[in-house]
Amino acid sequence: MNTATKIGIGSALSRVDGADKVTGRAKYAAEYKVDDLLYGVAVCAKIAKGKILSIDEADARAVPGVVDVISHLNRPKQAWLDRNWKDELSIPGEPFKAFHDETVMFAGQPVALVVADTFEAARFAASLIDIRYEEEPHNIDFAASLDEKFMPSHLKRRNNYHPPKNRGHAQQAYDDAPVKVAADYHLAPEHHNPMEMHASTVEWHGDGKITVYDKVQGSQGPQAYLASAFGLGKKNVRVVNAFVGGGFGSGLRPQWQVQLAVMGAIHLEQSVRVVMTRQQMFTHAHRPECTYSVRLGAEPDGKLSAMMHDATTSTSRFENNMEDIVIWGMMAYDCPNASGEYAIAPRDTYTSADMRAPGAATGMTLFEIAMDEMAYAAGVDPLDFRLRNYSEVDAMNGTPYTSKALREAYQEGAARFGWDKRSAAPRSMKEGRELVGYGMATGMWDAMFSKTAARATLSADGKLEVASASSDIGTGTYTVMVQVAADTLGLSPDRITATLGDSDLPEAPVEGGSWGAASTGAAVQLACQSVAKKLLSAAGKLDGDPFHGVNGIEGLEFADGAMIRRDNPDVRASLTDVMAAAGLDKIEVEETAGPGIGDMISMARKSRNTHSAVFCEVRVDEELNQVRVTRVVNAVAAGRIINPKTARSQILGGVVMGIGMALHEETFADTTLGRWMNHNFAEYHVPAHADIHDIDVIFVDEPDPEVTPLGVKGLGEIGIVGTAAAVANAIYHATGKRVRSLPITIDKLLDAPAD
Amino acid sequence: MIRFDYQRPDATAEAVAAGRGEHAAYLAGGTNLVDLMKENVARPLQVVDINRLPLKAIEARENGGLRLGALASNADTAYHEEVQARYPLLASAILAGASPQLRNAATNGGNLNQRTRCYYFYDTDTPCNKRNPGEGCGAIGGVNRIHAILGASDQCIATHPSDMCVALAALEAEVQVSGPDGDRTIPFADYHRLPGDEPWRDNTLRPGELVTAIDLPAEGFASNCTYLKLRDRLSYAFALVSVAVAMKLEDGEIAEARVALGGVAHKPWRVPEAEQLLRGERPGEDAFRAVAEALLKGAVGQGENDFKIGLARRAIVRALAQAAAGTPQSQTDKRIA
Repeated sequence: MNTATKIGIGSALSRVDGADKVTGRAKYAAEYKVDDLLYGVAVCAKIAKGKILSIDEADARAVPGVVDVISHLNRPKQAWLDRNWKDELSIPGEPFKAFHDETVMFAGQPVALVVADTFEAARFAASLIDIRYEEEPHNIDFAASLDEKFMPSHLKRRNNYHPPKNRGHAQQAYDDAPVKVAADYHLAPEHHNPMEMHASTVEWHGDGKITVYDKVQGSQGPQAYLASAFGLGKKNVRVVNAFVGGGFGSGLRPQWQVQLAVMGAIHLEQSVRVVMTRQQMFTHAHRPECTYSVRLGAEPDGKLSAMMHDATTSTSRFENNMEDIVIWGMMAYDCPNASGEYAIAPRDTYTSADMRAPGAATGMTLFEIAMDEMAYAAGVDPLDFRLRNYSEVDAMNGTPYTSKALREAYQEGAARFGWDKRSAAPRSMKEGRELVGYGMATGMWDAMFSKTAARATLSADGKLEVASASSDIGTGTYTVMVQVAADTLGLSPDRITATLGDSDLPEAPVEGGSWGAASTGAAVQLACQSVAKKLLSAAGKLDGDPFHGVNGIEGLEFADGAMIRRDNPDVRASLTDVMAAAGLDKIEVEETAGPGIGDMISMARKSRNTHSAVFCEVRVDEELNQVRVTRVVNAVAAGRIINPKTARSQILGGVVMGIGMALHEETFADTTLGRWMNHNFAEYHVPAHADIHDIDVIFVDEPDPEVTPLGVKGLGEIGIVGTAAAVANAIYHATGKRVRSLPITIDKLLDAPAD
Repeated sequence: MIRFDYQRPDATAEAVAAGRGEHAAYLAGGTNLVDLMKENVARPLQVVDINRLPLKAIEARENGGLRLGALASNADTAYHEEVQARYPLLASAILAGASPQLRNAATNGGNLNQRTRCYYFYDTDTPCNKRNPGEGCGAIGGVNRIHAILGASDQCIATHPSDMCVALAALEAEVQVSGPDGDRTIPFADYHRLPGDEPWRDNTLRPGELVTAIDLPAEGFASNCTYLKLRDRLSYAFALVSVAVAMKLEDGEIAEARVALGGVAHKPWRVPEAEQLLRGERPGEDAFRAVAEALLKGAVGQGENDFKIGLARRAIVRALAQAAAGTPQSQTDKRIA
């Protein structure tokens, strides 16, 4: 068969949207040209908590070009009930409703919108708004907020929160353990800061309908949300997010700029655009701060006998954001006695939010530092220690995995890295003035699958369009859709167009949680298979009916734009010939992929996770304590890899973000003023090029036909999980200094005592 | 943006005449001023664009020194043959700062006049005596891990963010200025000032004065120098602590040494008595440690930045060792040597 050149699942296809992105043809939310567009600039609260007493707008309104100033005093009608403000990933509590009333709940809260016919006029006028407040006592100090920590009652928990399931007698086993480790770990708050700022262009069509070009990670969720919150009716709202310049979770929920833009458009009956400034990007979603206390007990040979987890993460006072922090270690390792405690602590900020691998990036990372400590305490090599406590099954839920090739990831990662060259003792490797350290950690994330629909349209000229309301937040969804379609129908990728990011398209969920490729890919495959079925019946019209007797599409091979009999590869017909013979202009089908009953049963009986083994080399200047992460090997077990090139990019990005979590990223709180202070890219640090050296990505073989229809597990998050722990553990190995608070900045490392 | 008058004169005298108003600002590369205007921190009513003035040249001086035009870009200066050969300390310090794009736009005069990166100075919703005299200082008792450990006052603990200026301080450059009362020369040590009770004044320029050139003396300390910068990431971050060392060795003994610190004070920090300690000494860690102690005499932390004192001590010792060995810190190696 002529399939050697077939591009499909498994091909390292370059991003199909790459050229559009780098040439500027790809349009982002703030770039759509709309007639009679007005520009809105938000005025944000300077106090952290209190009430607005008055808003002096006179000077702002006097600025030429200013059309209006909108605030709680004159805003258009909003839904009164909180349930009408639910979004796709709502959190129990009172969702933030901009301009709802005079209450200020966090510093930087938008309190007014100045709308003008130029951006410049709006911006200047916004600076002239004078607001008087009545301040109330506030707290944004995480340590102080721990006094108020609590576990929400069942109805007030996030519905995707997984409570830890205790096993055995953890306290007793810990008390009895011959080798013990107990320590507290901390992660600083981080702000997502995708490259594209949150922005919305609301097009007012004048017939009661609006089109919202939004920077958000889904289109149909925001469509329903905006329709409900502003009483518009779902049919009247179309949301477009065709290109999204990164999200990392900050766009899982609609952000406040879209509320302001829609209110502006309704109020003025005209199109309005609102773009957040980089500074304003620090007024909403952020990864919660976390404190995590771990106690581990082990036998002298390094077999774990007890693990006790107790973590608290930050949320706002108005919503209960929760994360799965403590369950990862309980699932990952074989240990007969385990307990977990978790709580949230409210403070006067915006609600914390999901950020790349929410929960796992924090919990698994901090726990893996504790695991490293135990390895040293027990005198066991950190990799051997993990292998000694390897769990073939999900140790918390007692369920088998659909697949878990973590052992292979450990082995292949260690071999590639040269883990066997590590000397056991901390501070025992040195080159020049630099201490050298090797560290490793385990990563883990969920493999999820979400109901998603796709449409496939094959034209008479042999061109195929596949469409779904899914999103591409830089992750490669466009490319995945094209590849799956190419694979299924044997078409060249340049004959295929993928369309996404529009609420008018077939139903798809918000993009997040690493379910995009598995779910959208499955939907595209189903739709293309339906096209194939129709082609097979159309082939009956071909002269001589050469496909007679082929029993379903399983009897066909699709390649080179043709359908081919598997039982006789000499029989082939181009798809265009088949359509012409049947007199078809096009074949169009829509299919929905979703967990069926069988999948549901499987989901209850089996755990579905991706795993990784991260190995890291650091070099730390012995005197100056400046850290370099000189090598990272990340070996990932994530089922079937659709595209090794974009998959590698996903992991590279995750590793870079993990290095940032280890060394750089931190938002500083001024607890007196109640605000974040380093709200710009000069002072909020992510890794620069100079901080990034060799990163090696391995995908281990992990066939898993059960996890999702394509055998795909998803890669959006797994790259970051554990990476920061590998860095922290390597720093300990290099220096003998255990820093338990991330990021490990130079001041912390200087102050830490060496073991 | 606040409406302002914009002028783009061709001659220096014209520019100085236009720049004498109380609310005037000179615009060169704009890498700092434009940011500050966007943030509503700088609100000039007259912007005098000086990019057409004939101040771009880098040329030899009669005394053997080199004149750096105020409008020569940081990049053109750092990569200039004469600068690379004779003043590697200056080239290195420039290349330690910002990013290639910023260095292409930023000018030498502008580098001297850039404002502090204090978080509070940039956030108009917080108090800052430098931005709004009398308003108070948010950084004292606030978020201050990047702030000053030397020469601060109870009104301001901001630092000067320049790398280039730390090298210029060590090289003892002179600043040529032109103003309403004529031209004058300001020794580099007198150019920037400590905050005292007038923290809004970063330097000793008089109203309307314009930097026209920076003069480097003939001695460039090319054989024994280094610029060592420690920061929160390995590129594109302001210094937590930086050290410029210019040294002369004769027969294995230190004939002269100059040490300037960046990231620790409202101006590049030098202590002549500390430098004197090295005169006639052989390079060695004990001698270097004594210099560090003397340089950091009186250093006080603000809480979050206490670590800078210890870090500066280590950095000074390392930088002196690098200079003495003739192995200056590379700015492209992605590592501290």
